[in-house]
Amino acid sequence: MPRLVSHPDEVKITSRRFGLGATDIEKYIALDGYKAVQAAIAKGPEWIIAEMKASGLRGRGGAGFPTGLKWSFVPKQSEKPKYVLVNGDESEPGTCKDHLIFLYDPHAVIEGTMIAGIAIGAKLGFIYLRGEYRYLLKIMEKAVADAYAKGFLGKNIFGSGIDFDVVTQTGAGAYEVGEESALMESLEGKRGVPRIKPPFPAVVGLYGGPTVINNAETIASVPHIMLMGGEAYAKLGTERNGGTRLFGISGHVERPGVYELPMGYNLKKAIYDVAGGIRGGKKLKAVVPGGSSTPVMTADEIDVGLDFDQMGKAGTMLGSGGIVVLDETVCIVEFALRTIQFYQHESCGWCIPCREGTDWLKKSIGRLHAGGAVDKDIDNIRYLAENMLGRTFCPLGDAAAMPTIGFVQKFRKEFEDHLNGKGCPYKHAREEEAALV
Amino acid sequence: MATEKKTIFSPELAARFDKLVTLYPMRRSALVPMLLYAQDEVGYISKEVVAEVAERLGLRENDVESVLSYYSMLRTKPAGKYNVQVCTNISCMLRDGYGILEHCKKRLGIDHKEVTADGLFSLEEVECIGACCWAPAIQVNYDFYDELTPEKMDQILDDYKAGRGKETV
Ligand SMILES: Cc1cc2nc3c(=O)[nH]c(=O)nc-3n(C[C@H](O)[C@H](O)[C@H](O)COP(=O)(O)O)c2cc1C
Ligand code: FES
Repeated sequence: MPRLVSHPDEVKITSRRFGLGATDIEKYIALDGYKAVQAAIAKGPEWIIAEMKASGLRGRGGAGFPTGLKWSFVPKQSEKPKYVLVNGDESEPGTCKDHLIFLYDPHAVIEGTMIAGIAIGAKLGFIYLRGEYRYLLKIMEKAVADAYAKGFLGKNIFGSGIDFDVVTQTGAGAYEVGEESALMESLEGKRGVPRIKPPFPAVVGLYGGPTVINNAETIASVPHIMLMGGEAYAKLGTERNGGTRLFGISGHVERPGVYELPMGYNLKKAIYDVAGGIRGGKKLKAVVPGGSSTPVMTADEIDVGLDFDQMGKAGTMLGSGGIVVLDETVCIVEFALRTIQFYQHESCGWCIPCREGTDWLKKSIGRLHAGGAVDKDIDNIRYLAENMLGRTFCPLGDAAAMPTIGFVQKFRKEFEDHLNGKGCPYKHAREEEAALV
Repeated sequence: MATEKKTIFSPELAARFDKLVTLYPMRRSALVPMLLYAQDEVGYISKEVVAEVAERLGLRENDVESVLSYYSMLRTKPAGKYNVQVCTNISCMLRDGYGILEHCKKRLGIDHKEVTADGLFSLEEVECIGACCWAPAIQVNYDFYDELTPEKMDQILDDYKAGRGKETV
């Protein structure tokens, strides 16, 4: 069972009900549950979207697109039915926050889905969980059944004349399916190959109908925004980065865990104060700040606020909020290799730059790590990655290229240390250490 | 209707499939969950599973196979009764995920994607399973175990061997 953590600097909004038994619908109701959707029904779609815009909430799936704006793109009139699709594929390495939402507050996901549906005029919402999350799917399924039993879902919800249904869906193992258009393909029973954009899902999405796709955390934040008001939520964060976010801090810290911090919270403080600093008093080497696809930061670059804009200015990305912390004992080349191995494995193979690019990067970095590379291989790795950027069918190619470029750029010396048959200095150090024991 | 026909699935699963296909605007949407649930019951996606799922959804077997080959959890060969999936992705790697994998290999005497002779265990090195903050983490079938040490790992394997392990389906 995932361990819950706590720190005084946390501002618990979306995680407010964690550990309080809110999987039980009565408990959820006692904790202000299903009040937000009733308020949303009473005030109507325009009010909902205005509050969402005021909240400054930006998508928690990784790209940080303003949620209210996304919802406003959905055409009011549509011949085809509209849909809400909740993205719980959560597969970006370093990211485990949606896991906790499904585990501890499943009704918040349902309620957020309903509110999104009312805002855009959809009658059906899908909640898609990655296949590995079977125990969480069971929790979600029970929550949905309980909501139906109460009459909160189905026909004429809360006497409004509005019908709204929710269907849960399981994936079956595929990172790529987290990309929104591939997610729709998967839900339509196909291989998770991305679609070309435009048209964007808000116009032509699931089954050809206008579709709002949001990350599970984004959706679970919505009821709280309805209750506290968009402006109050926005004030918790920084300019254009409203509210709070679930940050997962993992790797070499003393107290790894998922912490809800205000947007803009200082990254260095998050690592040293909130997560208790580097494990065993070691020195910090690097931080991958927002899931494995975000470019690495060196130890002296981390005095920066955790919001989409500040992280962008710092040359990296806020991404999925999965902060991975590396201490001085890590070989960056080995870490880069493990990262590219993942993307090579997950590339769907549809487009050549991604399929071939990830494969060659894996081979080249692997060879370099083993000591079989020469000087110009380092530039080749970087050149190859740079030539993938923006040239792949979907952003998975970028997700593979960006961190690779970052590793070479920021830690070139470590790549050089492996050259000319030397192989991994860290491995040798570890072996020597082991021999001494 | 379909339940009255010959089916390779248990009556419960057949009934579940009958309902599942009605939930979506398009029957085909049930394909991925059907394959996974069929695998849970049959152990793997056999030719017979492909044939029946295709028929239930009005698809060609070809279409089903093409989808089947895309998803990493779907397999066309039996795994062990307890499929041990060890994450070695970045957060787990930093907290000795590879050590756990090596430990399992030694303990079970099998390698990646192999099955023990008694058919009880299989082993897989997997990508991030969404438990990074509680690394190193594994799954045995659908059950998660986290903050592992080799000792804890031994205990888990012993429990499954003795029929005392968790079994979420
Ligand atoms: C390769 C790839 C994988 C992705 N995986 C996920 C994921 O697992 N979960 C998620 O919410 N978004 C994921 N995204 C982002 C989605 O495409 C999409 O932007 C997001 O679900 C929109 O929701 P949001 O605006 O609430 O963040 C992924 C994107 C790419 C390119
Ligand atoms: S990296 Fe192992 S669970 Fe995420």
